[in-house]
Amino acid sequence: MMNKIENKNNKTKRYAANILLAAVFIVVITLIDQNLIGDQYIKRVLNLSAIYAIVAVSMNLVNGFTGLFSLGQAGFMAIGAYTVAVFTVPINYRASIFYIVPQNQVLAQIHLPFFIALILGGLAAALVALLIGIPVLRLKSDYLAIATLGFSEIIRIVFTNLKTITNGALGIKSIPGVSTWVIFIVAILSIVLIALLINSTYGRAFKAIREDEIAAEAMGINLFKHKVMSFAIGAFFAGIGGGLFAALLGTVDPKQFYFTMTYNFLLMIVLGGMGSITGTIISSFIVTFGLEFLRFFDEPLAMFGYNITFFRAGFRMVIFSILLMILVLFFRKGLLGQKELSWKLISNIFKGKNSNKKSNKGGAA
Amino acid sequence: MSVLKMDNVVMKFGGVIAANNLNIEVEKGKIVALIGPNGAGKTTAFNVVTGVYNPTSGNVYLNDEKITGLSPDKITNKGIARTFQNIRLFSELTVLDNILIANHLQVKSDFISCALRMPWAKKEENAMREKSEMLLNKLGLLHLKNEISSSLPYGEQRKLEIARALATDAKLLLLDEPAAGMNPHETNELTNFIHTIRDEFGLTVFMIEHHMDLVMEISDKIYVLDFGQLIAEGTADEIKNNPRVIEAYLGVEEDAEN
Repeated sequence: MMNKIENKNNKTKRYAANILLAAVFIVVITLIDQNLIGDQYIKRVLNLSAIYAIVAVSMNLVNGFTGLFSLGQAGFMAIGAYTVAVFTVPINYRASIFYIVPQNQVLAQIHLPFFIALILGGLAAALVALLIGIPVLRLKSDYLAIATLGFSEIIRIVFTNLKTITNGALGIKSIPGVSTWVIFIVAILSIVLIALLINSTYGRAFKAIREDEIAAEAMGINLFKHKVMSFAIGAFFAGIGGGLFAALLGTVDPKQFYFTMTYNFLLMIVLGGMGSITGTIISSFIVTFGLEFLRFFDEPLAMFGYNITFFRAGFRMVIFSILLMILVLFFRKGLLGQKELSWKLISNIFKGKNSNKKSNKGGAA
Repeated sequence: MSVLKMDNVVMKFGGVIAANNLNIEVEKGKIVALIGPNGAGKTTAFNVVTGVYNPTSGNVYLNDEKITGLSPDKITNKGIARTFQNIRLFSELTVLDNILIANHLQVKSDFISCALRMPWAKKEENAMREKSEMLLNKLGLLHLKNEISSSLPYGEQRKLEIARALATDAKLLLLDEPAAGMNPHETNELTNFIHTIRDEFGLTVFMIEHHMDLVMEISDKIYVLDFGQLIAEGTADEIKNNPRVIEAYLGVEEDAEN
């Protein structure tokens, strides 16, 4: 009886805390959106973090929850970004953007509202994922990583050369922007959808494939179908992320989708925890902000009248790599491992209960 | 009526003949054991039945329907479920999740309605949970449902693996050395367990086992395999006194020569 009351009490408390959190969130986003707090720089980095969070969570669906080592996320993002770019730039600007090679006659006449172009970008990425997934997902681990990495580079090269559609290396400019609200709502919606999927029976099937392919197949799970499904859904949300990315930056060009971009997402999911959605969201913000704040190392620094020679363009990435190595060496499970951040977890941490203990003991098999 | 029939199954790996002309019939409701020394080809036979290997020649029939060459997930869908020699649970997941995953093959809702929690998908999920908890309850594992499966004691893990196979709604259960690594007390418990589930779920059981006590006590029929060949079949008493079986197990003549 006592227990029941206490449970109910906790539930109400958690409910109140959630509402409070949502309220704080709404106020902060509104203030930032209206430029009342922070500056343009902070606003942009926040928006970028939210977009990266979508792509990182979509990558975690494939890599962390389904156990497929895929490195094609930048390619899928590029597809989404270019779809939004091609269809949302106002028609009368287009001739001045495509000034070397004119745009394809048909495409030049089509203008779509942002949300339709965004969904279309996601669908295009998912379709491409289906097409390449069918041959590529027969591969395992490292081979799959190489194949998907190759694919993402192919997309980039194709986009560089499809000049009548993508304007080649010049890129597409004048993409209409969107507000912080749009970005955050799309991000929340995307991540919630992925989380709901992961907590459904299909998500359990994905996890089963991650845990043990042979056993999953013996339990009647069609490995190939589920892998392709996870891969295409991951690509869909990467495409959505790419579309927002294009709208945020206002310009796309193939160099933005270099394979190093995928490594940023890989870092986010490793730091956040392979198989943890909340961990990935947190680490998306940490990594995005971190990469920006580390710019400090890229600028010349004089101390006591001496110029410190290390501090020059590119040193940021050295620091970044060292942090990455430390992470892999000492925090292999990331911030949250496979756990999710919840009020229960937080209160356990404050009470000093180590929730790790339970899952780490045993392992008699 | 035979539930499972292996008809002249031959399985070759390069020059090695792992199974040669296997003719095995498992009758409905019976517990049939496959025994033999190490490397005799017992697990190969199981892998052929469950679709892990495609036999070089010969056919496998389930209820007179040919299932040769189907993929493992399709064969499970047809009603054969198995356990593994070395336990293969989804070790980082909870006991309940392990059982729920085995229910996934019956799911009819598509992934979009599942993600959007549509009423029909929700209903299906709830039914699945209820069914899984009932199964766990019947097998005495319900109190462990939120435990991570790798944290269970060895015997319980074996039990859970059998429970997971049952959750696929299979009518034919293939057990690959269910008593491996168990002490006599646990083996005894397992014997009762297998009997109980056979009766309660109307199962047919086909098992590989090394514990002779268990095999002799539980089996309605025994097949003996040696170097990929069936060397004997019959009831426990017939097998016990079969000279070829004794030879295969104890290697009397060869030992005497050496």
